[in-house]
Amino acid sequence: MKINVDRSRCVGAGQCVLTAPALFDQGEEDGLVEVLEAEPDATQAAAARMAAQVCPSGTITLIH
Amino acid sequence: MTLSEPEATEFPVRLPGEPFPPRQYADFRKRPGLIRSTLPTGSPVWLVSRHEDVRTVLTDRRISSNPAREGFPNVAKTGGVPTQEQIPGWFVGIDPPEHGRFRKALIPEFSVRRIREWRPLIQETVDRCVDHLLSLGDSADLVAEFALPVPSLVISTMLGVPFVDREFFESRTKTLVNLKTTTEDERSAAVQELLRYIGRLIKVKQKRPGDDLISRLLESAVLTPEELTGVIMLLLIAGHETTANNIALGVVTLLSNPQWIGDDRAVDELLRYHSVADLVALRVAVEDVEIGGQLVRAGEGIIPLIAGANHDLDSFERPDEFDPGRAARHHVAFGYGVHQCLGQNLVRAEMEIVYQTLFRRVPTLAIDADVAALPFKYDGTLFGLHELPVRW
Ligand code: SF4
Repeated sequence: MKINVDRSRCVGAGQCVLTAPALFDQGEEDGLVEVLEAEPDATQAAAARMAAQVCPSGTITLIH
Repeated sequence: MTLSEPEATEFPVRLPGEPFPPRQYADFRKRPGLIRSTLPTGSPVWLVSRHEDVRTVLTDRRISSNPAREGFPNVAKTGGVPTQEQIPGWFVGIDPPEHGRFRKALIPEFSVRRIREWRPLIQETVDRCVDHLLSLGDSADLVAEFALPVPSLVISTMLGVPFVDREFFESRTKTLVNLKTTTEDERSAAVQELLRYIGRLIKVKQKRPGDDLISRLLESAVLTPEELTGVIMLLLIAGHETTANNIALGVVTLLSNPQWIGDDRAVDELLRYHSVADLVALRVAVEDVEIGGQLVRAGEGIIPLIAGANHDLDSFERPDEFDPGRAARHHVAFGYGVHQCLGQNLVRAEMEIVYQTLFRRVPTLAIDADVAALPFKYDGTLFGLHELPVRW
């Protein structure tokens, strides 16, 4: 699984950071999403899926 | 503008004695498609009650948040969502792409990290509000003496409102939310006073910038001072009554479910369970669009029912049960799409700190009334409590 983000869509509410803090952060300056771990392992896959699901702006996509 | 097909349903209302989602919502769940209804103003509107459909409405670019558009549904008794003409910078009513300029300017101020940095200040504010509560003896109205002051004091500190002006600031914001005792004239007077005050505050910050949100936004110069006035007003209002309602309802629900006191997971479940902003995300179709199998015509109003979505059986098991153990982060209590609540991490932090602190420092806290008879806001756009008598 690979995490892809389209930062131009991000609305910065940080749902991904709350849901999967090991995978996502928000930029210090702009508050927009930053991927910490683009290739989550099996133990992190559920968190990645949840983050993609709760993101309000369709910023996060998962490639299998 | 005519609405086709389904039988019109009465606009949902909460019935006295039945504080949680209106009874019709259980009915709505069983129906396919959207629900045709008539607003209290007499205009036709589509109600959307299913979680998936609500998320679709809130992300479809053919659907607008602009209150100046023909057909925009108005549910508030207080004039509804202000247009850009009335309050420039009131960006919940601005559609993308223009909306992005406002949102992007504010995002860094409300990121998870930035809000974490504010936690000591929030803790200090909550402690001061508990001190105040305890100074009142052994009983008080928790809404007026605690739930309303906490968010107002926190946001005024974040904005950089000087300490000496906090009382003015808090009293005017309180006037705005008290629909029960405030007349329309008093309300618009308070709005004008606050706008004037914010305008003056911006001038002060232009001359003497500080380490605060207004100064930083002025420095970045993305927004004009006039737009900034509306933005600050929005931050103030959007986060005030909503947060206070959540705090007060949460105290009631936690006291009835004391096993969850002290567990921070309760916060998101309280947000889902109460869905205080049920009738807040208002929309109008700009083009013909199909939602949930229903054709909605350009110019028709749409109201995604937030409490309906958050109590949808397809997305939440036993939705009417309060169960913080469930995974409920996909709730739409903060809305969805580009307008999803900017301040949501601030609200979460405030609620976490409030419950931790209040129940620790006032362990004998109890409701001083019959819960079913409490003055819930049955008729408001926002759900909550007018008053919450407590003793300790
Ligand atoms: S949840 Fe989506 S919109 Fe929010 S910060 Fe993460 S990527 Fe951005």
